[in-house]
This record gives sequence, structure tokens and C-alpha cells, in this order.
Amino acid sequence: MALLSNTAVLLGKELRTEFRSRELLTTTVVFILVVVVLFSFTFDPTSSESRRFGPGLLWLSFLFAASLMLQPCFLREQNNDTLSALRLSVSDPFAIFLAKLIANTVFLLLTEILMLPIFAVLYNVHVLPVLAQLVLVFLLGSLGVAIPGTAFSAISAQARMRELMLPLLLLPLLTPVLIASTEATAGLLDPNPELRGAWLGFLAGFDVVFLTALWLFGEYLLEE
Amino acid sequence: MTAAAAFSPTGISFKNIDKRYGGLYALRRVSLEIAPGECAVFAGRNGSGKTTLLRIAARLVRASSGEVKYQNGKGEDSTGAPIGFVAHATMVYDELTAEENLLLFARLQGIAEPAMRAEALLGEVGLLERRGSQVRTFSRGMRQRVAIARALLNQPSVLLFDEPATGLDPQGITWLAESIRQMRDAGRTILMSLHGESEISALATRAVRLDAGSVVADTKTGASLHSILTFAGA
Repeated sequence: MALLSNTAVLLGKELRTEFRSRELLTTTVVFILVVVVLFSFTFDPTSSESRRFGPGLLWLSFLFAASLMLQPCFLREQNNDTLSALRLSVSDPFAIFLAKLIANTVFLLLTEILMLPIFAVLYNVHVLPVLAQLVLVFLLGSLGVAIPGTAFSAISAQARMRELMLPLLLLPLLTPVLIASTEATAGLLDPNPELRGAWLGFLAGFDVVFLTALWLFGEYLLEE
Repeated sequence: MTAAAAFSPTGISFKNIDKRYGGLYALRRVSLEIAPGECAVFAGRNGSGKTTLLRIAARLVRASSGEVKYQNGKGEDSTGAPIGFVAHATMVYDELTAEENLLLFARLQGIAEPAMRAEALLGEVGLLERRGSQVRTFSRGMRQRVAIARALLNQPSVLLFDEPATGLDPQGITWLAESIRQMRDAGRTILMSLHGESEISALATRAVRLDAGSVVADTKTGASLHSILTFAGA
């Protein structure tokens, strides 16, 4: 119970500070917008090619944007050593991770949903009929990015060259999430849309495995 | 500042504490017995191990070897005793208001009626009128007041101060010294790291000098205490 109540309190803090400053959301939305628009200039968005490449480009831009978004996650806890205050206050350090990864997933999901209509217009794909399924893929994919991303953000915050460290650690690890999310999205954007259960199952499995690892070993990542 | 003692006095025992970072010793064979209610100052040059020792006492850093024990006045184990920690970093969020910061940490610590506790502490540190202002708009002295209010939320029996006067003006130092004096007089165990003599160091009932991670002097008597503090600040 203490874990859940601590997580709820910390999640409230994460959401309040972000919605007050809107730093992460603004940067991420602008970044994805720039990438999606630039890619749309490179080939004819009315061709069937756009359906083939669109989902990959979309998830690649989500992934790069996420590495930007995750960077300050633990870094800003170092400004006033607030991480120490949190560690002294919570009964289970996993609550710190849980709150941060839920907040990161919410921010990422919000960004993705905001970008979806722009992507649909620029790449000439129909997303409305499969919106619910797309949101499910986005949710599982975003969790797959946020769970290891939050853990690596804690590691890289204590490292030298921390700005480079996070993408270097994170992006290779997230290759399976990129492939699975792209395949699942491509299936839904097909002229005959289908929800590819195998890829969804893979994403769910990836999320569970990394969440368990974080629960077991997260405490050590917070040690000085 | 201290209210009625809602805590049981707690002593701290450091036994053969080593802390290594790679091949570098931050602390070497440190053994100290801090009695309940004692006000001890750790003095020493930069890098002598004061901060590391305080962070080990706060359980923020794990010792490489040795052990830290918390005991009440009867010698019984009180490992779960609440600890308050104030450092030169404020350990509060600049983007939140003073009240939001205290409410956040009070709720995390499971304190009953967090709003009342936060309000009472804001009154004690003289920030009730600025309760709704973001901490980023505060002066250094005001931020340190929020930090002290945060550290007192859970009625700690042990208070750790890591160079708490850094960046404070003379009025701020006088206020801080008076606050620490009240905490000491209420029976709280206080460990502080300081540079040199000041109004704050005058509150000490014991001075321990560290050098290169080892205890090189430890005294409770007036003249020696003075010499340790002045030497360390040199």
C-alpha cells in the first residue's frame, strides 16, 4: 500500500511540475513535428511507399524524441539534490521509478496522440477506423520505451558525458521495441487493417520483463 | 521550532567505517559513538570525509565496510528512527511552492494530517505568508528555511546538517544557529559538518576533526573543542 500511495504522490508531483513548465512536452512535440515534416518532403506521400515507410519513420521519431524527453528525468533531481530527499522519504525506492516511468509514458503517449493527425495528413493514411487499436500499440510501445529509458536515465544522470550516455545505452536496447511497434502499426495502417497479436504480445512481454528487472534491481541504480 | 518532544532520543554508533571509491579511501576505519542528545561537529578540510560520513549516517551512501547502528537511550536498536537531513543543496523543488514541497514530503513520509503539519512548520520557520510562492523566487536564506522545515516534518530524533550555512548572510546564520540551538535543547541528536568557527559551531558539545578520511581528534571539552574548530577551518 505504501508503494502505491508513494507512487501516486510522486506521480502527482511529476505531472504538476511538467504541466506547469511544459518544457518536455513542447520540446518533444516540436522535435517529432520537424522530423515527420522533413521526412514527408523526401518522398511522395501519396504513394503506397508512404504506408510502408511511414510507421517506421513515425516510431523512429518517437524513439529519438523519447531519448530527449528521458534525459532530464533524473538529471533535474540532481539540481537541488532532491533525489536524496526522496530516498529519505519513501519506504520503497521503486515508487520513485514507478512514478517517473508512468509520467514518462503519459507524456510520450500524449505527444504521440497529438502527432497522429498530422502524420495521417502528411502521409495520407487513414487512422480513424483503427484509432483504438493504434492507441493500444502506442501504449505498449511507449511503456517499452519508458521502462528501460527511466532506468537508464537514472544510470546516465550519475555518469560523465551524461548527454551522450543515455542515447548510446538506450537506442540499441530499444531496437526490438522499434521493430515490434513498427510492425504492429504497419499492420493497422494497411489497406486491410489487422491487429498483429504476435507483435503486441512481444511488446507486452518486453514491458513485463523490464518492469520486473527494474523492481528487483532499481534500488541499486539510485545508490551513490 | 521544536515543539513537544514527539521523538525518543537516539544515539549513533559508527564502527570501523570504510568508504572506498575505486582505490581511493573517502573514510578509513572511522569509529565514533554519538550519544543521544549530543551535538557533534565534524570539522576538517575539503575532502576530509565529513559529507561522506553524514551521508552514510543518513543511509544515503552504503559503507564499503563497517556498520552504523542507531540506539535509543536504553541501548535498544532504533534503526527505523526518523532522520532529518539538511545540506547546502536545499533538497526541495524550485518549481513547487513552499507549501507544495512540504505537503509532498509529508505525504511521502505518511505523516498524519500533512496540511496541518506543513502549515505549522511554515509558521515556525517564518514563511507562512510566502507559502504559495514558488521556491525559485526565494532568497538563499528562505530556501534554507524551507529545507529545515522539510527536515523536521517527521519529528526526527537525529538531525544531520552538512554545511548548512553555505551561502547564508549573517542574519541567516544567526537564525539558523538559533534554530539548531532549539533543536539541541529539545534533546535531538545533531551531527553537523562545518568549516571553522561560527555562531553555529558554538552550539557544539563535541568536535571531531577528520583528515584524509580518518578521525584525528575528538573532544568534548571547551578549549580543545575551540582549537579543533579553528584548526580545521584554517
